[in-house]
Amino acid sequence: MFARGLKRKCVGHEEDVEGALAGLKTVSSYSLQRQSLLDMSLVKLQLCHMLVEPNLCRSVLIANTVRQIQEEMTQDGTWRAVAPQAAGRAPLDRLVSTEILCRAAWEQEGAHPAPGLGNGHTQGPVSDLCPVTSAQAPRHPQSSVWEMDGPRENRGSFHKSLDQIFETLETKNPSCMEELFSDVDSPYYDLDTVLTGMMAAARPGPCEGLAGLAAATPGPSSSCKSDLGELDHVVEILVET
Amino acid sequence: VVADIISTVEFNHTGELLATGDKGGRVVIFQREQEVSGEGSWRVLHKNQVHRRGEYNVYSTFQSHEPEFDYLKSLEIEEKINKIRWLPQQNAAYFLLSTNDKTVKLWKVSERDKRPEGYNLKDEEGRLRDPATITTLRVPVLRPMDLMVEATPRRVFANAHTYHINSISVNSDYETYMSADDLRINLWNFEITNQSFNIVDIKPANMEELTEVITAAEFHPHHCNTFVYSSSKGTIRLCDMRASALCDRHTKFFEEPEDPSNRSFFSEIISSISDVKFSHSGRYIMTRDYLTVKVWDLNMENRPIETYQVHDYLRSKLCSLYENDCIFDKFECVWNGSDSVIMTGSYNNFFRMFDRNTKRDVTLEASRENSKPRAILKPRKVCVGGKRRKDEISVDSLDFSKKILHTAWHPSENIIAVAATNNLYIFQDKVN
Repeated sequence: MFARGLKRKCVGHEEDVEGALAGLKTVSSYSLQRQSLLDMSLVKLQLCHMLVEPNLCRSVLIANTVRQIQEEMTQDGTWRAVAPQAAGRAPLDRLVSTEILCRAAWEQEGAHPAPGLGNGHTQGPVSDLCPVTSAQAPRHPQSSVWEMDGPRENRGSFHKSLDQIFETLETKNPSCMEELFSDVDSPYYDLDTVLTGMMAAARPGPCEGLAGLAAATPGPSSSCKSDLGELDHVVEILVET
Repeated sequence: VVADIISTVEFNHTGELLATGDKGGRVVIFQREQEVSGEGSWRVLHKNQVHRRGEYNVYSTFQSHEPEFDYLKSLEIEEKINKIRWLPQQNAAYFLLSTNDKTVKLWKVSERDKRPEGYNLKDEEGRLRDPATITTLRVPVLRPMDLMVEATPRRVFANAHTYHINSISVNSDYETYMSADDLRINLWNFEITNQSFNIVDIKPANMEELTEVITAAEFHPHHCNTFVYSSSKGTIRLCDMRASALCDRHTKFFEEPEDPSNRSFFSEIISSISDVKFSHSGRYIMTRDYLTVKVWDLNMENRPIETYQVHDYLRSKLCSLYENDCIFDKFECVWNGSDSVIMTGSYNNFFRMFDRNTKRDVTLEASRENSKPRAILKPRKVCVGGKRRKDEISVDSLDFSKKILHTAWHPSENIIAVAATNNLYIFQDKVN
């Protein structure tokens, strides 16, 4: 799914980074999958915000799921403050994204969402579902997990995969699209295993019936493009939906 | 056709009529073929035993709700019929309540088999006659005509719900009923449309603190002061209207403690109750959550007395089902007339029945191939892994777009109605 079996190199400083990474490998899989679930949930909340009359029960359940994940990440210490220049807004001990989304989705009685929290900017990243906008604004709660990889590297590979995506979209070549998104399915299979508490199978069976409904193609490849960072995965979800 | 998707199914109190509502706002009422005395109307199956030919035919069709537009919020209001509930019959006409997300309507369905003829001022086509041409007067008489069934809206109960109505329930006093949305429950008198009493309100002062919504509500079948409502957190509250005007404090609170070994990020979502139904006896309530059906004794609040697994093989697929939104599907559940069997739907057009006494269960399929008239339904089985036997279907082959959310059971006989997307299936049990 994600990069496995990183080779240790002889060069000094890299070894430390690799060592740290290797040590975290066992937990990072769960963290990354948990992150995927969080991203998926946030997208769902935004989508139902855009619908005509959002189903309140569904919104509440998704928001509660987001809250649970954020609480767990706070306890883990993986939920970190974002650099001020990147966010430049609300205090960080609040679960910001959930609140903004809740207000936007639920305050149907008021004509407009509350202006107070700089909503335009906060909602900007995802509400338009425009890949360019969402790519450029760092999603501040999520960036914590990726921070240790080095922001520069991420951005490089991030832009690279964005280009790939846009290229694919322009050429409208379905097979390219499938190839690009073919990895998206496998994370979710693993998510099924890990996040629903089933420890048994190392490799879950293919869920074609379900995947057929959910994603473009059921056709998981077991390896992942190693140069696709986790942020790219986030963008893939946004673009896919 | 999307508008034909059936969204609710309900027998009336005698089982003579079966009503369906659909996404296009239409109501279709079926009537059971009446028994007619005389030769040829009875079908003899065994010697000394006769059975009536109880087939259901279309009786009336009408447009109950139309799409509306809320100009204040710039939102469309769907015309989809969420629920239909019959009133007990008190005269020759039939009455039912039908509701969409915002408005409840009381419909009168009546038969007309006579027509007045011989008007003085109108001719046969209904055109006005010139009074100067009338030389004699006559008394109009009622003449028989072909049976006509007409539905007329008698009451419209509007503008009482900010959120989407999910349930309506007729009280046993037959004078009042309740309507429940995500956050509030209102009590209505059938005669009064411009006013309703708010009896439950769980809206928090600050909407950001909202973590729980009302998912279903129902009156007790005999005690007109008692009702229950279920929540998205898997709890049921029983309320007594005699205790206070606003029933925010429950009389009883039903909740099963969580199983820590099964805990996941999806635990809350799958615990959300999609339907709650009193037994006919009034002693039990049945709840449906995503994976199970539970029976509760009203006298025991800390756990259900029975739990039935509907499709536990989906437990390992919850993340995919969350992704494609299937995890939010709201399945209903029903009791049979004697409260001995319960039924609920599943995916792949499967529906399940559980016998509470024998503890046996069966999975059946509502599909065209299996439903030739008089055909006997074959039990189905889902294979969970390992070797798949010949007639079994594997979990990964299930069609999640074919979901059976709405079913109904005749009040006294073993006749069931199953809605599979835009098809209605009526099955009858061939027992003596």
